[in-house]
Amino acid sequence: MQDYLFYIFSALTLLCGALIILSRNPINSAMFLVLSIASMAGLFVLLHAFFLAAVQVLVYAGAVMVLFLFVIMLLDLKVEQRRRINAFGAVTGLLAVGVIVWVMVTTMLGTSLPAVTEVLRHEGGTEPLGTLLFHQYVLPFEILSVLLLVAMVGAILLSKKDLK
Amino acid sequence: MIADVLNGILLMLWRVVSDQPAPLAALLPALPEALRPVVSAVLCVSPIIGVFATLFALTTLMERKGLGRIQNRLGPNRVGPFGILQPAADGLKMLTKEDIIPRSADKLVHFLAPVALAVPTLLAYAVLPYGRNLVPLDLDAGLLFFFAVGASTELAIFMAGWSSHNKYSLLGAMRAIAQMISYEIPLILSAVTVVMIAGSLSPAHIVARQDGFIWGWVPHWYVLTPWGFVGFLIFTTASLAESNRSPFDLPEAESELIAGHLTEYSGFKYALFFLAEYLGMFAISGLGVTLFLGGWQAPLPGLDWVPSYLWFFSKLILMVFIFIWIRGTVPRLRVDQLLNLAWKFLLPLALINLFTAAIWHFTAVWQFPGALLLRWLLSAVMIGGAYVVLGRALSPRKKVSLRTYRYAT
Repeated sequence: MQDYLFYIFSALTLLCGALIILSRNPINSAMFLVLSIASMAGLFVLLHAFFLAAVQVLVYAGAVMVLFLFVIMLLDLKVEQRRRINAFGAVTGLLAVGVIVWVMVTTMLGTSLPAVTEVLRHEGGTEPLGTLLFHQYVLPFEILSVLLLVAMVGAILLSKKDLK
Repeated sequence: MIADVLNGILLMLWRVVSDQPAPLAALLPALPEALRPVVSAVLCVSPIIGVFATLFALTTLMERKGLGRIQNRLGPNRVGPFGILQPAADGLKMLTKEDIIPRSADKLVHFLAPVALAVPTLLAYAVLPYGRNLVPLDLDAGLLFFFAVGASTELAIFMAGWSSHNKYSLLGAMRAIAQMISYEIPLILSAVTVVMIAGSLSPAHIVARQDGFIWGWVPHWYVLTPWGFVGFLIFTTASLAESNRSPFDLPEAESELIAGHLTEYSGFKYALFFLAEYLGMFAISGLGVTLFLGGWQAPLPGLDWVPSYLWFFSKLILMVFIFIWIRGTVPRLRVDQLLNLAWKFLLPLALINLFTAAIWHFTAVWQFPGALLLRWLLSAVMIGGAYVVLGRALSPRKKVSLRTYRYAT
């Protein structure tokens, strides 16, 4: 059962990922991105990482995607629909994909995965995650939050029309 | 075999009705191995759909009757005695209506939107504790699950508004999304205070933490603490906005937008939207009951013999009644007032409430006489001060003076 679900969710993720690039209408692309994110949340659930799955849906499928859609709607749709594949985008895109694939392959070849045990199953829970974030990784966590705060202040400053 | 199954069903029903643990365990051993997961899933899901659909029918009637009382008229009184069959008539009307899809609409998305709204709304019911032993899915991060599925309804409203290719629909959807994103923040922040004090994200555990009585008769509910009271008010306000109800029903403001994102929907699809809206209201009221009003706990010590789920549903209906009352009495806000209220008033107040809850938690060790009074005073000063300062700063500075008329006295 779990294996079948894994294959269904991975296939959905990949299919929707492909459809994001292939569909000509940016709004449809954004909706496929939501589906892809939702099926990835399904994969997290299969890994017993309920917290991560819930956060994935809450942040990405909820808030971030809706803001994406807002921005797409505020831009002119017709210009987006008529766009053609340009050489610069294709070259840089392929380069980026190549680098990511290289990093992933070297990482996968370089690590040996331990067998899944009951102890490992509980690592995706809320409590171990919180303990890790606020003890071992507290400095990166705080730096990230300061970074987000700076970004927010910057965004507000930029959106102000008349600066005193 | 059949006798075993019947016996199991009766035992299961008895355990549910009499509040005993593990009702499903009474039936499942009597069934063949292959059927067990399916049967247990169906038995968890079907009561939720049945009970809340019935509650939906009753609430539409209660709402129309209640609004009638408030507006000094009778309300529906033609179908059945005192109009109690009105929901059935409404349902039949919805089912038999023609389903119209605009020619320029995006057909697939137009069709998917009501489904994408109804499914997450029903999913939210999975984590609420309805009674002492009645939690369909006791997740470790249940509260987060609730908010996650709640967030995905925004997308459905966007789909409905965008796919209709109608300016009223699009404007309504954009208003709805701006409103839902804004009010999600005070909603989650007021829930976070409870999570902080209870030390758990699991709704069942949060209810268990509100067990017992202070001085033998005051229930240990979070609404009866200063931070909990303010948190409950913020939560109720934000949940009114989340469920698109008056005074926050701008997305469907009839006088300006016809029906917002619902304009191009008719027949059963419209009914699905209507159903999802009410189900969302019940779910969020149920969460408010769970977080602040002690969930299924009895309000007085002598009343433990009443089945716990009856307490849950009476509190839920009380919340729904307050929602109807507010709808009948408070006029609709303007868009700028709505967003200012969320970002400039509720959000800072929720943040200060978070600090108040922390202080309340850490001063719990005070033992000297009058400690409780001092803690209450301290919290009241913190929240009341913020309330007054924010309110003063936000209200428009207009000089109030005697109005003079040019051609009249």
